[in-house]
Amino acid sequence: MNRIVSKYQLSDEVFRIEVEAPMIAKARKPGQFVIVMLEEEFSERIPLTIADADPDRGTITLIFQTVGASTHRLAARKPGDSVGGILGPLGNPTHIVNFGTVVCVGGGIGVAPLHPIAQALKKAGNRVIAIVGARTKELIVMEAEIRAIADETIVVTDDGTYGRKALVTEPLKELCGASPKPDLAVAIGPPIMMKFCAEATRPFGVHTVVSLNTIMVDGTGMCGGCRVSVGGETKFVCVDGPEFDGHLVDFDAMMFRLKSYKNQEDEAHHRCHLDLEIDKAKDTGRLQRAD
Amino acid sequence: MKTKESLNSEAVEVLKNLDGKALTPRDRLGLPCQEMPEQVPADRAHNFSEVALGYGEAQARVEALRCLQCKTAPCVSGCPVRVPIPEFIKLIVDGDYAAAARSIKTVNMLPAICGRVCPQETQCQAPCTLGKSLHSIDKAVSIGRLERFAADFERENGLSTTPTVKPETGKKVAIIGSGPASITCAADVRREGHEVTMFEAFHKPGGVMVYGIPEFRLPKAIVKREIDALAQMGVLIDTNVLVGRTVTLAGLFGELGFNAAFIGSGAGLPKFAGIPGENLVGVFSANEYLTRANLMKAWDHDHAETPIYPSKIVMVIGGGNVAMDSARMALRLGAQEVHIVYRRTGAEMPARAEEVEHAKAEGIIFDFLQAPTRVLGTGTVNGLEVQRCELGEPDGSGRRSPVPVPGSERPLPCDTVIVALGNESNPLLKQATPELAVDKRGRIIVDENGMTSMPAVYAGGDIVLGSATVILAMGEGRRAANAINALLAGAS
Ligand SMILES: Cc1cc2nc3c(=O)[nH]c(=O)nc-3n(C[C@H](O)[C@H](O)[C@H](O)COP(=O)(O)OP(=O)(O)OC[C@H]3O[C@@H](n4cnc5c(N)ncnc54)[C@H](O)[C@@H]3O)c2cc1C
Ligand code: SF4
Ligand code: FES
Repeated sequence: MNRIVSKYQLSDEVFRIEVEAPMIAKARKPGQFVIVMLEEEFSERIPLTIADADPDRGTITLIFQTVGASTHRLAARKPGDSVGGILGPLGNPTHIVNFGTVVCVGGGIGVAPLHPIAQALKKAGNRVIAIVGARTKELIVMEAEIRAIADETIVVTDDGTYGRKALVTEPLKELCGASPKPDLAVAIGPPIMMKFCAEATRPFGVHTVVSLNTIMVDGTGMCGGCRVSVGGETKFVCVDGPEFDGHLVDFDAMMFRLKSYKNQEDEAHHRCHLDLEIDKAKDTGRLQRAD
Repeated sequence: MKTKESLNSEAVEVLKNLDGKALTPRDRLGLPCQEMPEQVPADRAHNFSEVALGYGEAQARVEALRCLQCKTAPCVSGCPVRVPIPEFIKLIVDGDYAAAARSIKTVNMLPAICGRVCPQETQCQAPCTLGKSLHSIDKAVSIGRLERFAADFERENGLSTTPTVKPETGKKVAIIGSGPASITCAADVRREGHEVTMFEAFHKPGGVMVYGIPEFRLPKAIVKREIDALAQMGVLIDTNVLVGRTVTLAGLFGELGFNAAFIGSGAGLPKFAGIPGENLVGVFSANEYLTRANLMKAWDHDHAETPIYPSKIVMVIGGGNVAMDSARMALRLGAQEVHIVYRRTGAEMPARAEEVEHAKAEGIIFDFLQAPTRVLGTGTVNGLEVQRCELGEPDGSGRRSPVPVPGSERPLPCDTVIVALGNESNPLLKQATPELAVDKRGRIIVDENGMTSMPAVYAGGDIVLGSATVILAMGEGRRAANAINALLAGAS
């Protein structure tokens, strides 16, 4: 059992919770993730990236979007409530050295896992250029935190409600075209965004790291449910990843696999909306803390 | 099919006719083999309850009377942990069932489990004199069924006792994993008064016995009893801890102050067939399929949140227990047609004979001498291409190896493919612990006491043996426990 210490609603669908997990808080490194179970008996195992950790307080911070039944239920928990269990940290930490100039691209809530990576890259002496993007202004998260780290921050929205009206790939292409070109790109966000980021950097030969979030069960390499094809080889995201060379990932096959249970998930999501009668926007922007 | 009640009444008649008279070996040979009562195939193919119902008392007595009480007890040498078989069978004849269970437990901690899942036909029952005399291994004494009877009797009548624990020694032992190797090791080390903490990556302890082997073959309540018994002995059980990630092996000894560790992390790396199309939607490793169904309870559609693929026609690749379990599970989850696709013939299949019989009775279709060459479909599976094989020369395993016939490829239409080719060693702990020596297949190398290349670190079970069996894993757990107890007794 892990107690939720605080909860903050970042936007309509995006929540940040801080939860007690002392061993994970101590062990985690940038790039790693956890698997959360709401209850012991019948719950799903939900993979979530770790946005931050406080080893002294023994807590980790998770940022998630309410995309299905389980994440809705998690969002409905209050500070002081608990979750059934958290396993982690899982996956390999990001390879952090001084590469030179690194472009960090975060789409939607992909900014959350990107944050600790950008922080570590900066600390290792890199010049960090951040591109933060979302569909619309509402969905831009952690902009201030990123600005605090990055040497330069570019904000874009698809609909132009905030920052530049563009997809993240546009500034990315411009940066790759400039001279000197960046030494590395790190892109984290929806699969389709990562796919196009990899396409954007490919012609310039800028090595591009992506962090994949596939369907998972155990998260320990035992089931193979998380497998993806990378450079024609099958890899398990939970133990071989989650980060891979974006130029080698078969994104189309991966996106197809993500929809394996679409029908069942839609049904569960619907059932859950009826159960929780979610009143989405109500609490936006309010921080709740456990005493 | 005869019901449990009618089988038992027949046995009551047999006992009545014997009228307590002394039996000659010839009389014993003439006693009827006792059939295992089972759920009717048509019913059980659609429910998740246990298939084999267990002997009634009279059936157990008749079966026990068949035993010749051989002086040389060849059965005992066939048993990996040397259960005193004639002794416990004699106790069943005498009607002291609890004593029979205690007798088994002197060497086998988990008789209710082993009685259900051990491959007796290749172990204790293979050399049985009775089977030899009657020229059929099927007519050997049903040792496994008797073992189950004694263990169930003890449990169901509340006669199990918690092993006594010696005074606390203040020494700490970490057990990694919670399968049969770890359970046995934990109990044996705890008995000596050491503080024992069991770390399990999953949210529920039990290893393959809870995530892999299905309820209809091994009820989870039985595994839970054994875990509860550990807890009663004072073993601390810490779930959701992945050693190597949450805490390193070095961290266990350093920061957390453990004095010794046992690694029972199992095999746990699914083998795929390495054929094109294996990443299509609708292809699963048996581990994933069974974990969703068992551990995550996807069979309980009304409560479980973990989805399972809705299948109509399923092809299971493989011929072992894992393949049988996957096929029978798919059937119970509602598939209309389930095939086992195997490269050799029935004679070479490594699955327990009983599982194969059960699968056939339930309507699983066996496609022998077929080697899968490709999974067909775009995005989603719509078929499995197979090639016909002929049996050639025996290979390294002594089984005749399949030789594909070129040009014999044909598609088998299906929407789901389950790859059940067994497991290799999960490399995670090794990667996090470079000083841990493993062989080229990733199995941890141990000496004759179960000690690894690292001081005070022991290992056993599937992570040492490769995919093996519950009983072998238990044996290894006990061996390592003895060594750990000796180590900690010496170093005071
Ligand atoms: C579907 C299936 C059917 C089978 N049927 C039979 C049968 O009928 N009869 C038979 O005798 N055998 C059968 N087997 C084989 C048998 O189950 C195994 O040989 C046995 O369970 C091995 O025991 P173990 O203790 O080595 O590990 P396992 O039972 O594999 O348990 C290992 C445990 O360790 C955990 N773990 C792994 N790594 C870590 C880590 N780093 N930190 C913490 N925890 C970790 C795992 O999550 C797992 O729970 C079957 C296997 C399968 C998969
Ligand atoms: S070999 Fe068979 S008949 Fe002989 S003691 Fe063992 S079980 Fe009994
Ligand atoms: S989630 Fe099971 S192997 Fe990766």
